[in-house]
Amino acid sequence: MKTAIQKAVGIAALVLALPFSASAEGVKSLRETAVGGAEHPAENYREIRDAGGLLPRDFVQQPPLVPHSVTNYQVTLNYNKCMDCHSWSRAQATGATKVSLTHFRDREGQELSSVSPRRYFCLQCHVPQTDAKQLVDNVFSPAPGL
Amino acid sequence: MNKIKKVWAWAIGLVFSAVGLAFVLGIIFWGGFNTAMEWTNTETFCISCHEMEVNVYQEYRNTIHYNNRTGVRAVCSDCHVPKEWWPKMVRKFYASNELLHKMLGSIDTPEKFEAKRAVMAQREWARMKRNDSQECRNCHDFSYFDYAEQAGRSSNAHQKGFAEGQTCIDCHKGIAHKLPAIDQGFGDTLPGALPADVLHPVSTR
Ligand code: HEC
Ligand code: HEC
Ligand code: HEC
Ligand code: HEC
Ligand code: HEC
Ligand code: HEC
Repeated sequence: MKTAIQKAVGIAALVLALPFSASAEGVKSLRETAVGGAEHPAENYREIRDAGGLLPRDFVQQPPLVPHSVTNYQVTLNYNKCMDCHSWSRAQATGATKVSLTHFRDREGQELSSVSPRRYFCLQCHVPQTDAKQLVDNVFSPAPGL
Repeated sequence: MNKIKKVWAWAIGLVFSAVGLAFVLGIIFWGGFNTAMEWTNTETFCISCHEMEVNVYQEYRNTIHYNNRTGVRAVCSDCHVPKEWWPKMVRKFYASNELLHKMLGSIDTPEKFEAKRAVMAQREWARMKRNDSQECRNCHDFSYFDYAEQAGRSSNAHQKGFAEGQTCIDCHKGIAHKLPAIDQGFGDTLPGALPADVLHPVSTR
């Protein structure tokens, strides 16, 4: 009984998957590579340059964009390079913005005496910029009050 | 009379051939010595020990001194072995300590390496601090830094730092390898973490 059901499910799954596997060849990612194909080689990376100042923010809760190069910055179990300039003790010496006070809260809203570990991977939210062509048109504009 | 002349000629010949022999031997010995010195400065030599190959070498392969736009590289010895004769001999002498620890197996697993990294890194920082980052300056001469060409963050930090008598290693730690655990105030402190101010010691010069 059990095996019969398993077989039926298996066949149904196969039949359902068939059209997808057949057409996956034609599907392309935004970067124009086939879905199953290899990614573009690394030499297509764009060089990130320092903007030389802060970048404008477009909405209130936006994580500010990173206005400088982050190439080869170590973020390992042992060490987080971003904090070498952005921590409260280093900010004055380096001229970097101090990490936001909100980053000292855990997810229950409790204030901590140190930066919350859930903020460890800065680049998860703060992203550097290049002058790349937009892949998709974007018509977003900030609220007039901002 | 003739006899004296003969002895003279013989003596002179002897002296000349002795000098000649010493000269030739000198070349062979010195050449061999230099060849050995040069060979022990190659990347291939350094990574012939797996302690160097699986840890620091793999990390360095992701950095600017391994591969970059222009293909000008810095290999292990460029940063770790002085170019000047006497400091080089001293460093090579200390390298015999590495042989000892190779035999003792002090860092023969990644775990042991990681446990000793803080000790080794601090020794290397102290050495570079003592010689005013001589190895970095062999390639990067800061009196020729073009501050207009550098990014704003670089040029600000450099002009301020050099005016205060700081040296490259005061700010550029971890330029080629992973850093040891540093206590940066994220949640709980990692066991054995160094205090954050080892990275930026107060300048004394
Ligand atoms: C060498 C010091 C240094 C390091 C390391 C550094 N930053 Fe910065 N950062 C700055 C400075 C200085 C500014 C201010 C803008 C400027 O002068 O370029 C800044 C600005 C920013 C801003 C914009 C803040 C705002 O208010 O708009 C963000 C976001 C940021 N950095 C994120 C990061 C992240 C993420 C990392 C790690 C991957 C990092 N930074 C590493 C020095 C640094
Ligand atoms: C979960 C997403 C997230 C992570 C991870 C994160 N941030 Fe933020 N960050 C934000 C948001 C959203 C804001 C803007 C609102 C605020 O201040 O909370 C912000 C604001 C900032 C600001 C600007 C503060 C100001 O006064 O304007 C800095 C600087 C900053 N973050 C640095 C960092 C650094 C450094 C890290 C890594 C240690 C980090 N952030 C990790 C989301 C994040
Ligand atoms: C015989 C194997 C071997 C070779 C070859 C070797 N190393 Fe090492 N190296 C070691 C060991 C083992 C240690 C750990 C020493 C200790 O535990 O104190 C070490 C430690 C080091 C350290 C840290 C020194 C300190 O003061 O703590 C540096 C830097 C280093 N090696 C660089 C090099 C360079 C550069 C080369 C090539 C010129 C090289 N090594 C070749 C085995 C080797
Ligand atoms: C053998 C020569 C050599 C030595 C020794 C050397 N460097 Fe470099 N370094 C270079 C070259 C070449 C580049 C630039 C590569 C490029 O951008 O094409 C570079 C780039 C850099 C950069 C720029 C990094 C970036 O992301 O743009 C820094 C910082 C740096 N070196 C610091 C150091 C420090 C600190 C030392 C000493 C511990 C050192 N260098 C030793 C040759 C050297
Ligand atoms: C006071 C701290 C400080 C000192 C001292 C210092 N640097 Fe820097 N350096 C920085 C900072 C900050 C940056 C830019 C941010 C980054 O990428 O980490 C930088 C960037 C660089 C760059 C990349 C420049 C660019 O804009 O492309 C090179 C190369 C460099 N340093 C080499 C050196 C050398 C060589 C020395 C010693 C002669 C030295 N630095 C001393 C702080 C310092
Ligand atoms: C651009 C200069 C540079 C190059 C190239 C370089 N190193 Fe280092 N190395 C350093 C500095 C600086 C330290 C001090 C610790 C730190 O800041 O990461 C160090 C530390 C070390 C240590 C001590 C352990 C540690 O992680 O701190 C070892 C071992 C070592 N280097 C071996 C090597 C070997 C082997 C190579 C070649 C594959 C090499 N290094 C290439 C600059 C360099």
